[in-house]
Amino acid sequence: MALERSDVEKIAHLARLGLAEDDLPRTTATLNNILGLIDAMQAVDTDGVEPLAHPLETTQRLRADAVSEQNQRDAYQAIAPAVENGLYLVPKVIE
Amino acid sequence: MHQLTLAEIARGLADKRFSSVELTTALLARIAQLDPQLNSFITVTEEQALAQARAADARRAAGEDGALLGAPIAHKDLFCTKDVLTSCGSKILTGFKAPYDATVVEKLATAGSVSLGKLNMDEFAMGSANESSHYGPVKNPWDLTRVPGGSSGGSAAAVAARLIPAATGTDTGGSIRQPAALTNLTGLKPTYGRVSRWGMIAYASSLDQGGPLARTAEDCALILQAIAGFDAKDSTCVDQPVDDYLATLGQPLNGLRIGLPKEYFGAGLDARIGEKVMAVVEELKKLGATVKQISLPNMQHAIPAYYVIAPAEASSNLSRFDGVRFGYRCENPQNLEDLYKRSRAEGFGAEVKRRIMVGTYALSAGYYDAYYLKAQKIRRLIKNDFVRAFEEVDLILGPTTPNLAWKLGEKNDDPVAAYLEDIYTITANLAGVPGLSMPAGFVDGLPVGVQLLGNYFQEARLLNVAHQYQQVSDWHTQAPSGF
Amino acid sequence: MQWETVIGLEIHAQLSTRSKIFSGSATTFGAEPNTQASLVDLGMPGTLPVLNAEAVRMACKFGLAIDAHIAPQNVFARKNYFYPDLPKGYQTSQMDHPIVGKGFLDITLEDGTTKRIGITRAHLEEDAGKSLHEDFHGMSGIDLNRAGTPLLEIVSEPDIRSAKEAVAYVKAIHALVRYLGICDGNMAEGSLRCDCNVSVRPKGQAEFGTRAEIKNVNSFRFIEKAINHEVQRQIELIEDGGKVVQETRLYDPNKDQTRSMRSKEEANDYRYFPCPDLLPVVIEQSFLDEVRASLPELPVQKRERFEAQFGLSAYDATVLAASRELADYFEAVNTVCGDAKLAANWVMGELSSLLNKDNLDIEQSPVSAEQLGGMILRIKDNTISGKIAKMVFEALAAGEGASADEVIEKKGLKQVTDSGAIESMLDEVLAANAEQVEQYRASDEAKRGKMFGFFVGQAMKASKGKANPGQVNELLKKKLEG
Repeated sequence: MALERSDVEKIAHLARLGLAEDDLPRTTATLNNILGLIDAMQAVDTDGVEPLAHPLETTQRLRADAVSEQNQRDAYQAIAPAVENGLYLVPKVIE
Repeated sequence: MHQLTLAEIARGLADKRFSSVELTTALLARIAQLDPQLNSFITVTEEQALAQARAADARRAAGEDGALLGAPIAHKDLFCTKDVLTSCGSKILTGFKAPYDATVVEKLATAGSVSLGKLNMDEFAMGSANESSHYGPVKNPWDLTRVPGGSSGGSAAAVAARLIPAATGTDTGGSIRQPAALTNLTGLKPTYGRVSRWGMIAYASSLDQGGPLARTAEDCALILQAIAGFDAKDSTCVDQPVDDYLATLGQPLNGLRIGLPKEYFGAGLDARIGEKVMAVVEELKKLGATVKQISLPNMQHAIPAYYVIAPAEASSNLSRFDGVRFGYRCENPQNLEDLYKRSRAEGFGAEVKRRIMVGTYALSAGYYDAYYLKAQKIRRLIKNDFVRAFEEVDLILGPTTPNLAWKLGEKNDDPVAAYLEDIYTITANLAGVPGLSMPAGFVDGLPVGVQLLGNYFQEARLLNVAHQYQQVSDWHTQAPSGF
Repeated sequence: MQWETVIGLEIHAQLSTRSKIFSGSATTFGAEPNTQASLVDLGMPGTLPVLNAEAVRMACKFGLAIDAHIAPQNVFARKNYFYPDLPKGYQTSQMDHPIVGKGFLDITLEDGTTKRIGITRAHLEEDAGKSLHEDFHGMSGIDLNRAGTPLLEIVSEPDIRSAKEAVAYVKAIHALVRYLGICDGNMAEGSLRCDCNVSVRPKGQAEFGTRAEIKNVNSFRFIEKAINHEVQRQIELIEDGGKVVQETRLYDPNKDQTRSMRSKEEANDYRYFPCPDLLPVVIEQSFLDEVRASLPELPVQKRERFEAQFGLSAYDATVLAASRELADYFEAVNTVCGDAKLAANWVMGELSSLLNKDNLDIEQSPVSAEQLGGMILRIKDNTISGKIAKMVFEALAAGEGASADEVIEKKGLKQVTDSGAIESMLDEVLAANAEQVEQYRASDEAKRGKMFGFFVGQAMKASKGKANPGQVNELLKKKLEG
């Protein structure tokens, strides 16, 4: 399943990674190398095998419904790139 | 003083032969003097360290005791440390002074240990050479032209060079064990869920596990004792009693059943490493162990499965680095998409971007079944291999790495070649079982590691075997020249 | 051509837990921006989710109430996309293994008939934050207080055939979640939000038309208007030779139209996969049994009981059962007065208009159920007439007495039933209207009916409404015939 240049552009967009035009051929080649390594697993017979998402086959532990957090906005926003009036600022969101 | 192990430091502090402040001061000076050659620290927290040391000395003066009270350590830079830069070796966490402490950091601080700073690592723990750090590569103290392994390369180099007696690391595909092997250390990856992941910046959530790197199994036991255990903040952390790791170190090995997987000794293994590993096996036999050959038939599929699962999880885990709430943000974003794309393109290094793209692809519509689901099925097969093996043996033993530490830059242009170095370590992460690497000797002056894999929650067993071996060997006491 | 409308609804109900679904932050509405956003809610590196047990319990309550299958294991998945109000770059939701499976809800239509609407599934997920579009130097502001609020997304089958049915369904869900105490149902604050999937097809055609999704419609009235407009738009589009495109649209209540949301149009590939930070959630049968035992009587059951037990009409029963508080009030009134029909009339009539006028909830009613029930008792025992009762009710609403009896006593509203007193009062009235009495007596039977009413009116006026109307009628007739 070799990637084309357009596939790489699509993936980079989904992952919101800017890709320079010049880097595209090299990136495509490297990704195809990695996929070559990965594709070896297609040969493995996994018929009837239950997928394993998590090494611990136990169940979710739940938390009691209690408020345990206090307002720490100032501390948390001290490390933010851009804030105003307690809000995080981003370029205009258009809906 | 820098030659002391944690256990020796504990005795020295208890006997008042030196204070924590004296020890901390000496090590800080040593870091300042020697680390420029290694680049193992990203941040040295001198003032905080001295404050912690003073507090530890005061606690001891007040009659308190504790194996780690006043003991110097340092943390891999993906454990969040409150108000201290936590970089993950990445530009994208520029200025990220974490607003909280990781559970591991908190537990070690509560035990009275003194943190000297934050250790270099492969960016977001993605790598096995510690060459992908935004803060520059780390060098192997055994040969400064060679890599220390990764991703906990800074932890390994600093402990091997006697800058600190022990450090924390994390292991997603071998990132504690492999650098331990390449720098002559003992390193332990606990069972998944034994150590809390709260505050440990995620690479691949279902594989990541924190653990110690130290010079001896005993020191690893001391650290693990402090960091293992239940944490309400991590729902994948297991609520199960923690063994007394120190108490069982001295158990004899009579009747220990060791399995040697034939797949670990096949093509691709440097034969000289194989010989060293077999020499360890001979010693363990003398200590009472029995040995048989076993098979982990799906090991060969572990690399492809790992390089789907880990990048898939990473692609999602790393989406939060978007230049909005913390960390690096590109200059003058033109619009929202530009903010995301440039902040991430400029903030992440090449290997991280590669893995994000591989993971994004593996999860994307139309490919999920062929990649992600397929890899999960293989993961099941690999786990089943271990379950079967542990029905007949107590311990699995083999080499930690197929090769010795390689030259800096040697595998930079070929990610696939670097991925293959993980062959012996990643199965433990996929299955979730604990693994330990310990010194097994030297080839051409470079350290060789032997790996012990145990059944779930059998850390005490691994530490016990390693400790017993270290009673009859002295590889682990050897220091690199110049350090 | 005859068109048929096909509607499926996705309702997002904010669960009324104290804390968020994966963190210990408060969920209070209206706090200062980002003051209820913890490390977890902000998606800080290294943080992990821990699931709120109450959210699981509430979802199970809902599932049991719609007769749904509740899977013994449900799994959280990550839905990956970038948006500034989504701090982690993914929404933790459920995909292949939702907590609540197939169920149904019966709704009552305006003509009193019921219709069964299938519910495909309901799953737990976290809410996103909010983007505030006021201008901050050309930037948007992000408030993450809402991020991580637990949501139950309830997905219906495409069983709904009109805007009115859609509203009836949403009202039924609204009543149900409020009965269950799992959502406050406050649509103005966004506690219950609705996405409408709307398509049209020629009547008789089996396959569905292409649907458009109208996002976030936040009132019953807007749901009806938005759907009607969207249906009209689609029909006109097709009749003009155009084609409906599958897209997300936004309803603008000011312009009363829907418009395409271009920003969300780009083909999304959410890359769902099981969340590796959350293990499968196991629901034990014993837990379900315990939740089932704790369920209150539900709107449908209550409606049926009101009809059977009290002989109320389907319509009255539906109105009274629509909210648990209203139903409780009605039943309390009935307990006091023992006359369900009178109780229903007063609750749905005078009381409802009083509450509507002052925009009050039933819990804020100035007239208590005991007061109203006590007053109805006095109607029944002829202490007051229905007309006087309205005065008593107003006096109770104005706080002019602790009970109907006190108001009646204080204002002297007690009905006059002493026939001697009524007779002498009638004699005075007839004497004062001697001319009309003459006319009455000279008239034929047909005309007398109307004229009789005049004398009754005069008599009631003279008694200030207090004379017993039955006795007035009877005695008046006797005297006029006299």
